[in-house]
Amino acid sequence: MILAVDTSLGSAVALIDADGRARADASSPDPLGHAEVIGTLLHRALAEAGEGAVTHVIAGMGPGPFTGLRIGIATARAFALGRGAQVVPVPSHFAAALAVIETDAPESPFAIVTDARRREVAISLFDGVDADGIPNLLEPTVLVPRADADERLRGIHAIEVSTLDAAALARVGLRAANAGRDLAGAEPLYLRQPDVSVPGAPKRVS
Amino acid sequence: MTEPLVLGIETSCDETGIGIVRGRTLLSNTIASSMDEHARYGGVVPEVAARAHLEALQPAIEAALAEASVTLDDLDAIAVTSGPGLAGALMVGVGAAKGLAVSLDKPLYAVNHLVGHIAADIVTPDSEPLEYPTIALLVSGGHTSLLHVKDLTSDVELLGETIDDAAGEAFDKVARLLSLPYPGGPEIDRAAAGGDPKAIRFPRGLSKPQDMAKHRYDFSFSGLKTAVARWVERCETEGDPIPVADVAASFREAVVDVLVTKALAACADRGVPRLLLGGGVIANRRLREAALDRAAATGVTVRIPPLSLCTDNGAMIAALAADLIASGRRPSTLAFGADSTLPVTEIQVAEQQPEAAG
Ligand SMILES: [Zn+2]
Repeated sequence: MILAVDTSLGSAVALIDADGRARADASSPDPLGHAEVIGTLLHRALAEAGEGAVTHVIAGMGPGPFTGLRIGIATARAFALGRGAQVVPVPSHFAAALAVIETDAPESPFAIVTDARRREVAISLFDGVDADGIPNLLEPTVLVPRADADERLRGIHAIEVSTLDAAALARVGLRAANAGRDLAGAEPLYLRQPDVSVPGAPKRVS
Repeated sequence: MTEPLVLGIETSCDETGIGIVRGRTLLSNTIASSMDEHARYGGVVPEVAARAHLEALQPAIEAALAEASVTLDDLDAIAVTSGPGLAGALMVGVGAAKGLAVSLDKPLYAVNHLVGHIAADIVTPDSEPLEYPTIALLVSGGHTSLLHVKDLTSDVELLGETIDDAAGEAFDKVARLLSLPYPGGPEIDRAAAGGDPKAIRFPRGLSKPQDMAKHRYDFSFSGLKTAVARWVERCETEGDPIPVADVAASFREAVVDVLVTKALAACADRGVPRLLLGGGVIANRRLREAALDRAAATGVTVRIPPLSLCTDNGAMIAALAADLIASGRRPSTLAFGADSTLPVTEIQVAEQQPEAAG
């Protein structure tokens, strides 16, 4: 079985068979509270999936609000460590794109858009799937001010998603693993530097 | 159960700590610190710390298992810090702990970081068992707390804590005033060598009679930091060179004096002739000396775990869980989160309800 965990939006956990068939799905659309629910969702999904070894753990690498995003990645890695399974990092937008392709089969490029907080959105442009069945990412994911999104999209059909389909994430990850491809590195798709500045001279107090 | 084998995960501040204990025996205390990454900012940056935890966790777990010569399957339980601490940093550890516990189908104990500092003592190699009750003074860059510990697993009372900066933060801020690098504790210590601790009488926060009624065991270091800043500014205004050694020694003396005075007052008031020290600031040699000297004069025994167990670490979290298990406590449910202000009275979080009879 292949397990997928993603906390880039809500909290989503799913298991699929090695042939791609869905085995279990447990998710919460709440954009907060990932740390509270992730263990219960994982436990519930595994119980629903029944017997079978987990060979791969697909970790949704974002983009997404950092604090929540990291929880799913930490959970996925620790789970994989416990079962001796392989971790497969996958950008979360690939799952949203595959879900769109499987349901709507759009014939032209489209954009997956997610809220990035601070009045910004994350945008990824896709066009169909490649030979491995993995959505074709046309250019690297970008953060843009929400107000500038339309201009940036140049009329490309945009699909804004607020929850993620973990089973679709699992399918993308399985295809990437089978093809021996890396869709993401070990670092989450932060797309933003930590919000800090190097301090200047101490402020005067008198 | 014989002695439980527990792996503890600690990510409340800037140390990724993985500890493994068997009962009260320490098998590994593995720490990956992101301190160097914070140096250029002059203090711990929560987002930088959280990013570093995510990177460090898996290698740290693997290193701890290797050092302890055990496998994940050998473990009897997983333990994790639920709070207090930096929320985003804590959540990385909570996520990992839940993933590991569900993966291995092992019980999970979510515990209190501050009480963990007390538990550090029980896995100190070659030491006599900790006697209760004891007063505990826990001092770090994130907390400054005075506790009355009647029982490690069931009865810890908060006597007082800082109402503004933690003592470690005060060291960092005063180091910056003196153009010394981060972290400030060791830098102030170095700078204070040869300085006169009585050269400048800096204020002792919350020590005046009118403060003592309400804040007998509380601490405040922000006024002290401001007093040092004023003093340094006056030197600059008057064109005098700053006597760095005297300022550092006098500042350190003010911090140490307040910490030790209030801790020993608590020992006297509660009739408890035992004081346990914990937290990273205990690395300060002057603090240890003053505590030992003044406690000896009043008949109080001081215990100081080795520094590797005083700074934040996973072994103390594992040790606390091992004692909770030994005292018959049930594991936590999976439904807890990070609590950045978890009160010290909540030694364990989200303990499972007993199974319904029948
Ligand atoms: Zn601490």
